Amino acid sequence: MDTTSTPDHEHAFETRDMLLNIGPAHPAMHGIIRIIAELDGELIESADVEIGYLHRAFEKMSENVDYNGVIPYTDRLNYVSPLINNMGYCMAVEKLLGITVPERCHYVRVILSEISRITDHLTCIGAVSMELGAFTVFLYMIKAREFLWDLVEKVTGARLTVTYCRVGGVKADLPDDFRAPCEKAFEETRKVIKEADALLTRNRIFVDRMCGTGVITKEEAIAYGITGPFLRSTGSEYDVRKDCPYAVYDQIDFDVPVGSKGDNMDRYLVRLEEMEQSMRIVEIALSQMPDGPVLVNPETGRPIPASEMVDLGKLGEISTISGGCAVTAPSLEGSGRGAHPFIATDEKRAFLPPKEDTYGSIEGLMRQFKLVMHGHGVRPPVGEVYFPVEGANGELGFYVVSDGSGRAYRVRVRPPCFAIMSVLSKLLVGGSLADMTPTFGSVNMIGGELDR
Amino acid sequence: MEDLLIKLALAGIVYFGVLNLAGLHTWVERKQSALIQDRIGANRASIFGFTFLGLFHSIADALKMFTKEDIVPTGANRVLHTLAPMFSVFFALAAFAAIPFGPALEVGERTIELQVAKIDVALLYVFAMLSVGVYGVILAGFASSNNYAILGGLRATAQMISYEIALGISVVGLLMVYETMDLGELVRAQGQTIAGGWIPFWGIVAQPVAFIIFVTAALAETKRTPFDLPEGESEIIGYFVEYSGMKFGMFFLTDFLETIMVAALATTLFFGGWQVPYLQPEGFHFPWGAELPVANWLYVLLGVMSFTFKVLAFCWLFMQVRWTLPRFRYDQLMKLGWKGLFPIAVINVVVTAVLLLLFGEGS
Repeated sequence: MDTTSTPDHEHAFETRDMLLNIGPAHPAMHGIIRIIAELDGELIESADVEIGYLHRAFEKMSENVDYNGVIPYTDRLNYVSPLINNMGYCMAVEKLLGITVPERCHYVRVILSEISRITDHLTCIGAVSMELGAFTVFLYMIKAREFLWDLVEKVTGARLTVTYCRVGGVKADLPDDFRAPCEKAFEETRKVIKEADALLTRNRIFVDRMCGTGVITKEEAIAYGITGPFLRSTGSEYDVRKDCPYAVYDQIDFDVPVGSKGDNMDRYLVRLEEMEQSMRIVEIALSQMPDGPVLVNPETGRPIPASEMVDLGKLGEISTISGGCAVTAPSLEGSGRGAHPFIATDEKRAFLPPKEDTYGSIEGLMRQFKLVMHGHGVRPPVGEVYFPVEGANGELGFYVVSDGSGRAYRVRVRPPCFAIMSVLSKLLVGGSLADMTPTFGSVNMIGGELDR
Repeated sequence: MEDLLIKLALAGIVYFGVLNLAGLHTWVERKQSALIQDRIGANRASIFGFTFLGLFHSIADALKMFTKEDIVPTGANRVLHTLAPMFSVFFALAAFAAIPFGPALEVGERTIELQVAKIDVALLYVFAMLSVGVYGVILAGFASSNNYAILGGLRATAQMISYEIALGISVVGLLMVYETMDLGELVRAQGQTIAGGWIPFWGIVAQPVAFIIFVTAALAETKRTPFDLPEGESEIIGYFVEYSGMKFGMFFLTDFLETIMVAALATTLFFGGWQVPYLQPEGFHFPWGAELPVANWLYVLLGVMSFTFKVLAFCWLFMQVRWTLPRFRYDQLMKLGWKGLFPIAVINVVVTAVLLLLFGEGS
């Protein structure tokens, strides 16, 4: 009898790994990620992360519209905190142009990006807790986000696709009565954060699921180019706002929370504390920022709604306009002469003139024409710049190359969660299938930014 | 013949009540979660413009389930795929037969026990039915020909087996104290009072530790958050991922039926079943000496109301838990079951035995 043909003892109980296709149509994959995992029981043996389901050719599109035309596209990068993207892109182009914006404009941008950061962190923590089964916390978080989005809507006129910043300024000044609703919204948000903190941080089930899962070391995180809360949870203090301050972050006193273990729990705690710090930044900025314009100034004449101004201009009644004062709602385009010097650069080659000038004087009209007509527009000198801002997920960088024409030669985005996604499969392997949800959730993968 | 009719009537009452309560549970779940989460909740379905707080959503749900297309995936075992949800619902319903929901009703010469099936070992019967019910889940997992469903089925198997042991041992102490497995007798035994008549001698008084273990393990049996691992919607979607229409509806219904079952069991075992504090068959005996005679029909009515109230209170509690806690991980669940609940349950039995030996009536 041939002894070699008897089954080897090990092969008598042959087991095979289960190949599991997770996503893109999987509730935890946000519809845009696919993970092909090999499972041994519930243990993930290997994980192949596939991205690109939300690719929209942002960078290519940016080469085909003028510089200001890119801004609406940036809204759709990290759509949970679009104002930070707006700010990042605009500051990159401003650096290319070599212009600076007024201080108040900086403050307005900082205030709105910090509010966006809070909404982003709220969404991230809410999504993680929902995927862990704590649906209630998710809805509490969304409730808080709603208060903040009301603020954003008050300023920009939109909730999601805000398109608020412009090259050389912002679209409109903060509304007159911004401080009171801001304080109220923060009060509500703090209440919600406290509630969620009680429901999660002191919940044994939640802590057990978050602690020790998805661990990454500081060295590994740096090697993969990870930034933001994900990096800070490992103990590194890198924060663009501190280490490479832009706008007025160097004039504002705030702390950068860091973790120590680099696991999901630390990332959760870092985000929780960053929300508090962001609120602190907004409060300081609101008290420090230079005063804005008096919106209806009797000296400049009677207020005219911007829409009416358009009609008057068409009829050629420019004397009425030049003696008037434009009244613009946040949802309307542009800003009037009152707010203009406080929120926009005085560089004529970059920013649209006040509405009164556009409709009231030939110089203003020409300036508007030169900026908006095809073949004209903002024309930075030949050169290239890289400008990083601290996005909600980490360093959000814009690399813009100009060939001197009205359109960018190349726009490249450094999306923070791209670097994190590249390490995801490493974090998943060795963990259980159930750990996939909190780990993936704490990456805070935002498809718009990842795939561009 | 008369006996048969009475039994049929009892069965009709119990199942009418249970199924309606389960249907109502879909509404309760929506509204209660909405209250917890600062939402309004279901309020759209209406008949002639009346919404009745969204109560019609249960009807709309049922209609939807019945009219949806029934899909059996290619490669699935058609017979088992169809059998699985029926298994689940059948055994969840069958378990209710042994639950006494009121004291004995006297009609003329006849005494009617308000219990569909008077079984000597009713407790074993209920546990057996609950255990067999898990076959539905396992079959659904294996018959669907879907990896997610298999994972769900596997999780369900492990979870049920682990928690059934803790569940079974937790009530051993109770059986030692009351010395019966007949649920009717068990409830009657809980009618005694202690501490000079002030405290009714319910299961929770006799076995507080067992109560906590029982409720935890029983919650795990219902497969709802925080123990919804077989479902785990954001991880493995669940064992019923390949089900649609009323077959899915049956699994859904089973979830609610099991919740009610566990609430009924917890009531029967630990909260005196249909007992009303200080109410004896002949009337109220208050500890301060006052007495209030009560007719038999009123006694029965109060008993049934008391039972219903307690069951609803437990349903409310379970719903509250479901919408508050996140989900366990598989290994943590096993740890809690085997290293937490199981040893405590065993220690509880030992301590109970020693105490009974030292201070019990037999010694």
